[in-house]
Amino acid sequence: MNEGSKKTIKTLCFAVLGMFTFSFALVPLYDVFCEVTGLNGKIELKATNNTNIEIENGRDLSVQFVSHNNEQMPWAFKPSEDSIKIKTGKYHTTSFYVKNTTNKMMTAQAIPSVAPSNAAAHLKKLECFCFEQQELAPGEEALLPVRLIFDDALPKSINSVVLSYTIFDVTDYDKVQLSKDLQTNHGNDHKMEPSA
Amino acid sequence: MSAVIESHGHDDHHHGPAKGLTRWLYTTNHKDIGSLYLWFSFAMFLIGGVMALVIRAELFQPGMQIVEPEFYNQMLTLHGLIMVFGAVMPAFVGLANWLIPMMVGAPDMALPRMNNLSFWILPFAFFILLSSLFMEGGAPNFGWTFYAPLSTTYAPPSVTFFIFSVHIMGASSIMGSINVIVTIMNMRAPGMTLMKMPLFVWSWLITAYLLIAVMPVLAGAVTMMLMDIHFGTSFFNAAGGGDPVLFQHIFWFFGHPEVYIMILPAFGIASHIIETFSRKQLFGYSSMVWAMASIAILSFVVWAHHMFTVGLPLAAELFFMWATMLIAVPTGVKVFNWVTTMFKGSITYETPMLFAIAFVVLFTIGGFSGLMLAITPADFQYHDTYFVVAHFHYVLVPGSVFSIMAAVYYWIPKWTGNMYDERLGKLHFWLSFTGVNITFFPQHFIGLAGMPRRYPDYALQFADWNAISSVGAFLFGASQILFLFIVLKTVMGGKKATPQVWEGSRGLEWTVDSPAPYHTFTTPPKVSL
Repeated sequence: MNEGSKKTIKTLCFAVLGMFTFSFALVPLYDVFCEVTGLNGKIELKATNNTNIEIENGRDLSVQFVSHNNEQMPWAFKPSEDSIKIKTGKYHTTSFYVKNTTNKMMTAQAIPSVAPSNAAAHLKKLECFCFEQQELAPGEEALLPVRLIFDDALPKSINSVVLSYTIFDVTDYDKVQLSKDLQTNHGNDHKMEPSA
Repeated sequence: MSAVIESHGHDDHHHGPAKGLTRWLYTTNHKDIGSLYLWFSFAMFLIGGVMALVIRAELFQPGMQIVEPEFYNQMLTLHGLIMVFGAVMPAFVGLANWLIPMMVGAPDMALPRMNNLSFWILPFAFFILLSSLFMEGGAPNFGWTFYAPLSTTYAPPSVTFFIFSVHIMGASSIMGSINVIVTIMNMRAPGMTLMKMPLFVWSWLITAYLLIAVMPVLAGAVTMMLMDIHFGTSFFNAAGGGDPVLFQHIFWFFGHPEVYIMILPAFGIASHIIETFSRKQLFGYSSMVWAMASIAILSFVVWAHHMFTVGLPLAAELFFMWATMLIAVPTGVKVFNWVTTMFKGSITYETPMLFAIAFVVLFTIGGFSGLMLAITPADFQYHDTYFVVAHFHYVLVPGSVFSIMAAVYYWIPKWTGNMYDERLGKLHFWLSFTGVNITFFPQHFIGLAGMPRRYPDYALQFADWNAISSVGAFLFGASQILFLFIVLKTVMGGKKATPQVWEGSRGLEWTVDSPAPYHTFTTPPKVSL
């Protein structure tokens, strides 16, 4: 076999390894891409540290809340308010009601999504139950708070936003990496007593 | 290197093939391996075809008739996987093995032992895949695109075997492509510059680069599935911070180049056959090469047109729509070149030419329905309907499969030394041509009328066209038995072929005897084209 062939083979083997690596690199690339552009309705799962987004006299915005249970997740899960009227650049606090309707300890993780997706980049949260996993004893119920703000750079064409949470049963999972990272940052307990 | 010493030992005495079964097991001869690939592909074509007939039999009438819905899903999945990875791809690799060394004037493929390995792992891959039919929970049932979470959270236990078999198929394809590229880049006869290479060689060079680029991505996708299923990761699981839509991006980043992998060699074949039977030089050789290269490059930036309905932002939908439509330009160049080659040629209509002309016409129909699907707002209506099924079957069956059949009729005199039976060949063509159109043309209508794909049952208003489609499928299926008979008859005997075989054929493979000797071009020919 001549030198040229050996060189071609070597190059091609590197190309194969490179593309295999690239397929895994697509995972973080995709997340970064979605986060930067707000595509896919993905929002950051961590509290904002930007304190300069509060303004007076923001414009009117209607925010609707939607809750979903993933697969056979048996918990009761619903927003305390279906819809709120807020102004951009102003914090608002709302909450979601959950109850573990089973007779065993369960852990849940909520994943948010925003529609329309180009609103996602403008939604900031100071506090959200989606930042960490929720563990509830049998029959235990809780009100889970969300403290959110829309910055004023929200596109003018958007005057209504849907914020949706899907709750997943993660009892049998090892503590997933995502929540592990978050819990080191936000160790405090977000649960409040039900007010009703 | 030991391979060097080995090949010298072979060159010293020109012997024929070894005897018995071990000839095929141990062979490193590109012609033997080419034949193995082609026979394997034909076996898979029949198995995948029987699965297609199970599907069409079930859909002959509305309501559940023959199989359970669960089994229907398994047939649907295996049919797709077997036809793509077991029938079409190995057939093209088989043709590459037989033809590329002879076309470039090389004594064999560059890496003969790896060539043996890349063939012999394939039967194991498909044995594993097919054995999943008999496992608890049944075979994979999530469609050939195996979207997560259908293929992870909701998959039958046999999915692990499916993943393993895809890994083996991928390894086989990657080794095959390395072999093809090294052979073409380093073993061409003196005087054969890149722009003098036969178009089939060009088409395979580009295809092999596509395979090198995307098969590892497929391997990555199934590896992530494996990790999600068994090792607690959450690549595609939203509960753990993953995203099922990510799966579709990775899959189609592989999947779209993959569909060009299945058509580019067909372009090469059609070019050779049309120029031979038109008795004219091919019109626009260099534009053919550039068109194939452009199609290959564009194939990497159109993948999301399979995903218009997942909720892409407007900018992305526009980009992928225009990029997809752009592919029609180089494809159009090729179609016009073929037509111009035939223009004012002294054409005769032997079986390979019939298949090649049918390829040009019917592939173009498939291309047009592809353009319709590229229109984003229209795609929301067509998505996951039988219109899509009609589209990709038009480009794959009378596209890729017809080109493979054309290639077999065109080169089989060179392989066996015997002419095939022209009368039977033409009969096979007309039966296949009629069958394929009766099967797939009505699927355009039921698709536009709203029949979704992948269901074992349908609403009553689709009954008539489905019945017609099923009749066509059985006609097409039965006519392939005739194909098998014709090939066997040619292998057994027939009118002796001359070295040139066809009046208008040109190229190095037609300068050697028919049948081609076991070793050809042990000393490189001088090329003066």
